[in-house]
Amino acid sequence: MELKKAMLELMRRATTDLSKDVEDAVKQAYDREGEGTPAKNVFGTIIENIGLAREASTPICQDTGSVIIYVDFPVGDSEKKYREAAEWAAAEATKLQYLRPNAVDPVTCKNSGNNIGTNAPYLHFHQWDKDEVRVRLMLKGGGSENVGAQYKLPDTGLKAGRDLKGVKKVVIDAVQKAQGQGCAPGVIGIGIGGDRVTSFALSKEQFFRKLGEQSTDPDLAALEKELYEDLNKLGIGPMGFGGKTTCLGVYAGKQHRHPATFYVSISYTCWAYRRKQMIIKGSEVTYD
Amino acid sequence: MIKLTTPISEETARSLKVGDEVLLTGTIVTARDAAHKLMIEERPDFIREHLKDGVIYHCGPVVKKDEAGEYSFVAAGTTTSSREEPYQAAVCEEYSVRAVIGKGGMGPKTAEGLQKVGAVYLHAVGGAGSLIGKMVKKVHTVYKLEEFGTPEAFWVCEVEDFPCVVTMDSHGGSLHKDIAAASQKVANDLMGL
Repeated sequence: MELKKAMLELMRRATTDLSKDVEDAVKQAYDREGEGTPAKNVFGTIIENIGLAREASTPICQDTGSVIIYVDFPVGDSEKKYREAAEWAAAEATKLQYLRPNAVDPVTCKNSGNNIGTNAPYLHFHQWDKDEVRVRLMLKGGGSENVGAQYKLPDTGLKAGRDLKGVKKVVIDAVQKAQGQGCAPGVIGIGIGGDRVTSFALSKEQFFRKLGEQSTDPDLAALEKELYEDLNKLGIGPMGFGGKTTCLGVYAGKQHRHPATFYVSISYTCWAYRRKQMIIKGSEVTYD
Repeated sequence: MIKLTTPISEETARSLKVGDEVLLTGTIVTARDAAHKLMIEERPDFIREHLKDGVIYHCGPVVKKDEAGEYSFVAAGTTTSSREEPYQAAVCEEYSVRAVIGKGGMGPKTAEGLQKVGAVYLHAVGGAGSLIGKMVKKVHTVYKLEEFGTPEAFWVCEVEDFPCVVTMDSHGGSLHKDIAAASQKVANDLMGL
């Protein structure tokens, strides 16, 4: 097993091969929409595109996203080698057109051309007690990132107080404001509590869960279920064309907050919901 | 299904209505954030001939360059159009653009511009990168590649039977406005507002 090549394969899989849980959810959405409706046509196009990308090994979406990597590694391992492997793989994946060059210097507005730059790819490291390495990759498009939002409770305009009812209101407001712009139907990650930074981080990490997997916290599991039902009543539909499916899933996580603050962060990911992981144990690599 | 071929006359653009499904064939020009800013701040002439009675495509493609130096699109779906809201109406007017292809729709300033100029907003399926990439038959030329980078450059290319839906027309109609109003009502009920 060569780490950098394994990393490249992880990127290739993420950008071309949509995970089964997402594809199944899209197919179920297709079945729900009425014959001849714009919503059904959109889902038909999406399903055709998913198949084509997998078959041709080309990107599902031309916005191959920001490259976001979470590494869990055993005691004594080096962060440096994962960063080097990630950079090599990102540059190589760009050459092979698995990734579009998506790293732009915000001051000069110059695109680096190879997805490498200051803090690009984004890497998060975590040391754990297992004797294996887990590398999780998310390719997150810019359109869906732009419709993410952070609220602080209470919110007077939305009459949202400091409780789960208030959390529900701000999530509904965020999804209503997003309309079709984040490539609906989206998947919603909610971070409740923490400071501003950790709140957003928590909302985004939710995306590594599988669709349909409920929170282990019964209050949050109930919130997820209620929001899933409510959001799909909005009628925004795929691409904002109207329809029965506005979101494919809702995940919520919580963390303790300062008494004075109550942040609710909402991360939105498009239907082209691309995340994969690999487990490295000795010389064996398994992808999921 | 309505067949549309570039160049598109003002009369043809004005005949289209929200809900019409079209198959577009001809030359289109990709332009997104940096390109729109440039078109308003500097009003460059190099792009004029490609945009007169032509089509702007909100897209940042994944592009392949072969050994002979020829470009082709590997994936080329729509990007979110609302970021061009500050510029779009003026760009359409300056360059006599007849159609803008994107996703997510645009706001009142663009809606007004479409009415004034005689142009439409066409919606394609966002994220369908591989599928739409196949409809791009040829890349004619590119401008500002070095300066703007691949996603932001002006790619002038040829499409065949590119399926889109008219979601904003030159009569003030907008599917996006209607859906947003309807979903806001539901959201208000759900939030108890």
